[in-house]
Amino acid sequence: MKPRFVLAAVCAVCAFAAAADEGSIQLKPGPGRDAVQGYCVMCHSLDYIPSNSPFMNRQTWEAEVQKMIKAYGAQVPPDQVPKIVDYLATNYGKP
Amino acid sequence: MDRRTFLLAGASSTLFTIQWRETLAAGLASGTVETQALETLSGKVPLIRKSYRPPNYETPVDLFDSTITPNDRFFIRWHLSQIPEVDPVTWRLRVGGPAASNAAEYSLEDLKKSFAQVELVAVNQCSGNRRGLSDPHVPGVEWGYGAMGNARWKGVRLRDVLAKAGLKKEAVEIAFDGADHGVTDATPDFHKSLPVWKAQDENTLIVWEMNGAALPHLNGAPARLIVPGWTGTYWMKKLVSVEALDKPLSTFWMNTAYRVPKGKFAFADRFLTQENDASTPITEMVVNSLITNIKDGERIAAGRDVEVRGMAWDGGYGIADVAVSTDGGRTWNAATLGEDLGRFSFRPWRYSFRPAAGSYVVMARATNRQGATQVNDLIFNPPGYHNNVMQRLALTVA
Repeated sequence: MKPRFVLAAVCAVCAFAAAADEGSIQLKPGPGRDAVQGYCVMCHSLDYIPSNSPFMNRQTWEAEVQKMIKAYGAQVPPDQVPKIVDYLATNYGKP
Repeated sequence: MDRRTFLLAGASSTLFTIQWRETLAAGLASGTVETQALETLSGKVPLIRKSYRPPNYETPVDLFDSTITPNDRFFIRWHLSQIPEVDPVTWRLRVGGPAASNAAEYSLEDLKKSFAQVELVAVNQCSGNRRGLSDPHVPGVEWGYGAMGNARWKGVRLRDVLAKAGLKKEAVEIAFDGADHGVTDATPDFHKSLPVWKAQDENTLIVWEMNGAALPHLNGAPARLIVPGWTGTYWMKKLVSVEALDKPLSTFWMNTAYRVPKGKFAFADRFLTQENDASTPITEMVVNSLITNIKDGERIAAGRDVEVRGMAWDGGYGIADVAVSTDGGRTWNAATLGEDLGRFSFRPWRYSFRPAAGSYVVMARATNRQGATQVNDLIFNPPGYHNNVMQRLALTVA
């Protein structure tokens, strides 16, 4: 079913977030973390990132980010993409 | 308290958590193990949280100790984070589409009054159950063993509803939509289809009841589709629309996701209108088993009988036999099958032996009535589907 009221939907996210305490997820500090926290969290909790680690290399993280944008419709400005990929590959990439 | 004392003493909740982290670590990525935790959602016992939002929670292995998985133990899997609580009184199911002659709308009461009610027991298993054990690891929800459950479902046959809708001869697929959606319009809505023949199978149902109670919100209330034998991706939760299509459904969730490389797995059930040269939609579940009462690395006292028990299931052909090995697969012994709740259900099994002191590797191998059995080595595929690798659990008897 298509969302009719995006604002209502966003509020529902906030309500769920508060109930389930996803705010307790702490990503590693580093350049690009703000971009990750700002854009990725719109559609999903940030635990997907550490949970999917440390087995992806830069190329697979890049592919994931592109999939989020192209397949799932994540609204990430093009200039933020390299920052996000760098952060993920550096902090949650294959050692 | 050492591990052995702990096992003898039984599971207190704090120690259980420690033990649980240790045992689930085997095979999962380190980041997965560090991130997941037991969490209690409303109406549920503590389940293993894989992600907060959308909510994805799996059932701990030792809770699969009954043939029927109680509602409060049943796993949770959502793709999109907007999951409305739907009022069962105002809920309506829209039935129609370009290949249906008579569009209709049903309330829950209408469905109950208009069609014969049916009950059956069936396993609901996520296509990606055990994805987290893929070697090499693949991205996605990093499921261990518990993205599945077995319930007694009650509802009406989809084929009766379709008969009333009057399928035209052009009908090629039946499409389903649920009330859930993404945060933005740009996110592809979770929209799936079935071939007409599978939609018309007498076991494909629209259900409102699970184990004698209303469906829990996070398991798809007020009504969902069940497609016994096929993986969970087709079991649309919070069903709001059924459409007869005159051409194949073209959505991300059909054309890109939930597909397996062509030729990798042998299936009787094919979804021909969605096949392409490279890949085909996932369909029936592969034959599989789970050992539910022994943890990898467990130590037990010598001089007494040890029971190995668990569940077996497949894509609806039914389990023919289960064999247990205690020497890492060199020799096999027939397990005793338990209650038979139908060919779509978990089939419990058990095997007892009295081990001398030493090291053992316990394995189980289910075979279905088609002669299909579990594999020794993973059939690797990028989405991490159909993992029916036999478990190898180390057991020390001292």
